[in-house]
Amino acid sequence: MCGIVGLYLKTSSLKDRLGEMFTPMLIEMTDRGPDSAGVAVYHAPASEGQVKITAFHPDPAFDWAALAAAVSSELGVTIEHHPNDTHHVLISDGKAVALEDAIEAYDPLLQVMSAGTTIEIYKETGLPEEVAEKFGLKGMKGSHAVGHTRMATESAVTTAGSHPFSTGLDLCLVHNGSLSNHNRLREHLATHRGIEFKTENDTEVAAAYVSDKMNSGRSLHEALEDSIKDLDGFYTFVVGTRDGFAVLRDPIACKPAVLAETDDYVAFASEYRALVDLPGIETAKVWEPEPAVVYSWGGRA
Amino acid sequence: MSGGQISGGQNIEVLDLSQMPLRDANARLQDDAKPAGAFFKVINPRGAHALACGLDSEIEVEVEGHTGYYCAGMNKLARVVIKGNAGQGVAENMMSGEVRVTGDVSQSAGATAHGGLLVVEGNAAARCGISLKGGDIVVKGNVGHMSMFMAQAGTLVVLGDAGDALGDSLYEAQIYVRGSAENLGADCVEKEMREEHREKLRALLDKAGCGDVDVSEFKRYGSARALYHFKPDNVGAY
Repeated sequence: MCGIVGLYLKTSSLKDRLGEMFTPMLIEMTDRGPDSAGVAVYHAPASEGQVKITAFHPDPAFDWAALAAAVSSELGVTIEHHPNDTHHVLISDGKAVALEDAIEAYDPLLQVMSAGTTIEIYKETGLPEEVAEKFGLKGMKGSHAVGHTRMATESAVTTAGSHPFSTGLDLCLVHNGSLSNHNRLREHLATHRGIEFKTENDTEVAAAYVSDKMNSGRSLHEALEDSIKDLDGFYTFVVGTRDGFAVLRDPIACKPAVLAETDDYVAFASEYRALVDLPGIETAKVWEPEPAVVYSWGGRA
Repeated sequence: MSGGQISGGQNIEVLDLSQMPLRDANARLQDDAKPAGAFFKVINPRGAHALACGLDSEIEVEVEGHTGYYCAGMNKLARVVIKGNAGQGVAENMMSGEVRVTGDVSQSAGATAHGGLLVVEGNAAARCGISLKGGDIVVKGNVGHMSMFMAQAGTLVVLGDAGDALGDSLYEAQIYVRGSAENLGADCVEKEMREEHREKLRALLDKAGCGDVDVSEFKRYGSARALYHFKPDNVGAY
């Protein structure tokens, strides 16, 4: 069991309230996943020509300024870094791939959580309430957010094994369920598509599959339609991109899902009770997404 | 009685779930010391799971809003109306009484019910009536895939359409569909609608508040009985 939640704002009027609306949704799903929690928040796009990277180091005393200085001089780029507990957001005029490699090469305990222009991913082991508090989720602003509360089945309870998983620029995926063909698919993506995997987690394979499809020119909606054919197992996915948001359930649809939509937002949760504090939920359109049907908003259709 | 309204109802007792724990509300509904026909209104359910479960007396309960999993599960004698949507397993293992939902229901609605009547005024998701053991279910909208999977006894009536693999591995339960069935599951076949079936369907539709629906528009489905009987051809295997 795991809990997943997502909130996509259709109008900019609620942007300042994203974290305030989203945090209770995440915390309400604690019963479904008390091991660890994580969120991807899309906000404050980097300026033209700049990239934004979220990195994690488990040691609170880690010297981030020294990392920024070393990577900046190695690559000949500028780096600003903004702390948020064990995670730091690094803004740079360098290239994402080179920055990711240089950051992870600097210290074996450093992990890049996300890269892109808009996405920031924060995830940790512990109760969702503690994780939300640690990173100040309630005060975060932005256009959309995707979150996960984890009850581990497929791999260890670690920060790296927590969701969301990001395998492409500005893309994140959260998953409730378990995939049965992830080993073979991981091998295929690694051997034939040159994708590097960081964990043994099945969800990372699903995220990599979707980002590989999108890199080959498929839209978010199309990439998810492809995955109905190629991914085997139980899943409800919520996927975020720079400006898009999508939901997909497997054809058997054992894993729960509820969507709510108003003129102002689209909200997803594993259970309806996670949505009850959203403004206007009483009059929202509330429905259970159909099995094997891709629902998407924004992005490239 | 129809349209999600509670029929009786003097002396309404309000249980406000924003003010009291779910466990206290359920304890009050299950309390033996109440008169038959007592009328309760549950407000602010906020998607709570296992609300109004295990009721075992002739009371009426009206829930104002959407509920979580297993609402009115194991119901006996009581009449429960949910004004909103219900999550997974509404009225699961119902023994008798009536559960009515004015909105949509999630998967496994009425699962394993032994008796009673479940009426869904909207749509039901996957596996509606799975392993039904004798209850009746009337869905005014559509039902999702694998509805009535391995259902043993009882009846499902669908006024809209049925999804993939309707009645897979069916035993002696009956299915009536007014719209179309996407396809039939293993061992489920269309059967002749005889007078006795029209009478039974008429009575069930009337009870569900669908008096204006014409029984001649329905098709009947049941088990081909090829899966669960021993075939003498296989005797050589032993």
